[in-house]
Amino acid sequence: MPGQKFGPAWFPGLVAAGLGLCGIGLIAAGLRERGPWVTFPGWLRSARARLAVATVLGGLLFYVLAADWLGFYLTALLITVVWMRVLGASWRLALPAAAVATVVIHLSFYKLLRIPLPWGIFERYAF
Amino acid sequence: MLFEAFKLVLDPYVLWVILGSAMFGLFVGAVPGLTATMATALLVPVTFFMPPVPAIASIVTATAMAIFAGDIPSCFLRMPGTPASAAYTDEAYAMTKQGQGEIALGAGLVFSVIGGLFGTAVLIIAAPALAEVALKFSSFEYFWLVMLGLLSAVFLALGNPLKGVVSLLLGLLVASAGLDNPAGYPRFTFGSAELAGGLTLIPIMIGMFAVSEILRSVAAIDKPWEMAQAKIGNVFRGMWGLTKKYPVQTLRGSVLGTAIGALPGAGADIAAWMSYAMSKRFSKEPEKFGTGHVEGIIEAGASNNSALAGAWIPALVFGIPGDSITAIVIGVLYIKGLNPGPTIFMNNAVSLYAIFIVFILANLLMIPLGVAAIKSAKQMLRAPREILLPVILLFCIVGSFAINNSAFGVILMLVFGVVGYLMEENGFPVAPAILGMVLGAMLEENFISSMIKADGDPVAFVTRPIAGGLAVATFVILFWPLGARLLRRAKG
Repeated sequence: MPGQKFGPAWFPGLVAAGLGLCGIGLIAAGLRERGPWVTFPGWLRSARARLAVATVLGGLLFYVLAADWLGFYLTALLITVVWMRVLGASWRLALPAAAVATVVIHLSFYKLLRIPLPWGIFERYAF
Repeated sequence: MLFEAFKLVLDPYVLWVILGSAMFGLFVGAVPGLTATMATALLVPVTFFMPPVPAIASIVTATAMAIFAGDIPSCFLRMPGTPASAAYTDEAYAMTKQGQGEIALGAGLVFSVIGGLFGTAVLIIAAPALAEVALKFSSFEYFWLVMLGLLSAVFLALGNPLKGVVSLLLGLLVASAGLDNPAGYPRFTFGSAELAGGLTLIPIMIGMFAVSEILRSVAAIDKPWEMAQAKIGNVFRGMWGLTKKYPVQTLRGSVLGTAIGALPGAGADIAAWMSYAMSKRFSKEPEKFGTGHVEGIIEAGASNNSALAGAWIPALVFGIPGDSITAIVIGVLYIKGLNPGPTIFMNNAVSLYAIFIVFILANLLMIPLGVAAIKSAKQMLRAPREILLPVILLFCIVGSFAINNSAFGVILMLVFGVVGYLMEENGFPVAPAILGMVLGAMLEENFISSMIKADGDPVAFVTRPIAGGLAVATFVILFWPLGARLLRRAKG
C-alpha cells in the first residue's frame, strides 16, 4: 500500500515465506525416508467405515445446502436418522431418538437462546 | 471484595450451572473420543447467553471434571477418555486386570483433586504478581512474548517440530484473513462479505476438535468396545497411605503440570506424558512401570489436572492461551467484557476472584461427583455411540451456526473438521495451528507497531531489558534442538 512502510502484505508475506521453507524441509526429509508417496489408513479397507465417514461428511454438506430451503426440522431429522442408521441403530431406536434430539436441540437453541434457526418451507407453521 | 465474589458464585443460578456442567464434563471425559477441549467448544454457544461468571464457571468446571473422568475408561476399556489420560492408560488397565481397578480409579480421583487445587493456588498467587510486571510491557515485549509462546507450542508438541511449525504458520495465515489488521485493509477476502469479517474461531474450533474427533470415531466403527470386569467398592481405601507414601511424586507432578500448563500451547496431555516419564526416571522401582504400578498414575494424574489451572495464568495476564482449552476461553473472555491482559485485575477484580473461587469449588466438587461417576461408569460407557455421535454432530451444526447466525459457520466447521482430521492423521499437531489463529492478530499488531516505532531497525526489538531477555529465551528455544543434535554428534 502506498505511503505505508509496513503495510498489510508484510505479515502474510513473512508467513508464506516460512511455509515455503518448511515445505522444502519436509520434502527433503520425505525424500531421505524413501517411503511410499501416499499411504492410506486401514479403515478405508472396511466398506462400513467408508460409508460411515462419507455419510457424516455428506450429511453436514447436505445441511449447509438444504437447511434454508427445507428448514431446520426436516433437514436435521433427516440427517440424524441417516447417521444413526448407518452407525448401526435400528429403525425403532433411530426414529424416536432422532426426533427427540431434533426437537430438544431446536427448542433449546431457538426458544431459550434465541438463535434464528431456519424454518424454510415450514415458515407459516413457525412458532 | 472477596465477599462480593462469593456472592457472585453462591447464586443459585450459578450453582446450578456448575452442577450441570460438572455432569456434562464427567460424561464427556468418560466417553472415549469426546475430549475436554471438545466439551469447551460445545459449551461456548450455550455460554453466549449467560452472564460472565456462570459462563466461565461452566467451562472451568466441565474441563476439570473431564480431565479426571478421562481416567475412567482407561481402567475399563484400555482407552483414554481424553488425550490427557493416554500416558497411563496401559498402566491403569493393567491394574484393573490384577483386580486393583479400585485403587487405580481412587488414585486418579484423589490426586486429580490435589493437582487441581495446587494448580489453582499457583494461579491465584502468580497471576496478579505477573500482571504487576506486565503493566510495564510495550509492543516490543508483547511481540517477543507471543513469539516465545508460539515457539514453545511448536517444540513442546510431540513429534516432528517442522510439522509443528507448518501447523503454526497455517494458523497465522488463517488469522490474517479479513479486515482486522493494522492497516484495516481487506486481505484474502475474495470479495466476500463473510470473509471480510475474518474467519470466526469458534466454528473452526468446533470443527477441529469435535468434528475431526467424530470422524476418527466413525472411521473406527468396526472395533467394538470390550469392557474389563472390575469390582469397585470404596475408592478411597488406601488413599491416605498412598498420599503418605508418594508425597514427592505428588508435588513433582503438580509443579511440572502447572508449569507445562502455563507454557503456551502445551496442556494437560503433554503434562501427563512428561510427568509419567519423569516419575519412571526417578522412581526407586522403575521396572514395575507398565505392569500395573500406581506411582506413575499418581504423578501424571496430579500433573494433568494442575496443568488445567496453570494454562489460565498466561491466558488471563497476557491474553496468550496456555493450552487449547484456554485458546477457546480467551474468545469467551472478550465477549463477556473480561478482556484478558494485565489490567484485568484492576477492571474486573470481583469477577476474577469469583472465577478463582469456582476453580476451588470445582475441584472440591470433584470428590463426591467423581465417586458417583466411577460408580456409574458401566452405564456411561454403555451409552450407545450410534445415537450419541449423531446427536453431538447436530449440536455442532447448531453451535457453529449460532455464533454469527449464518450457515457460513457450518461450512467453516465442516472444512476445518476435515483439515483437522487430515493434519492429525499425518502427524501435524493441531494445537500450534489453534494458537496461531488466536495469537495471529496480536502478533501482527505488535510486530507492525514495533517496526513503525523503530522505523524498521531490528536492534530496537532487543534494547529494552525485558524485551532483550525474552528475545534471548526465544532464540534459545529456537536453536535448542539443533544445538543438542550438534552436541551429540560432536560427542559421538
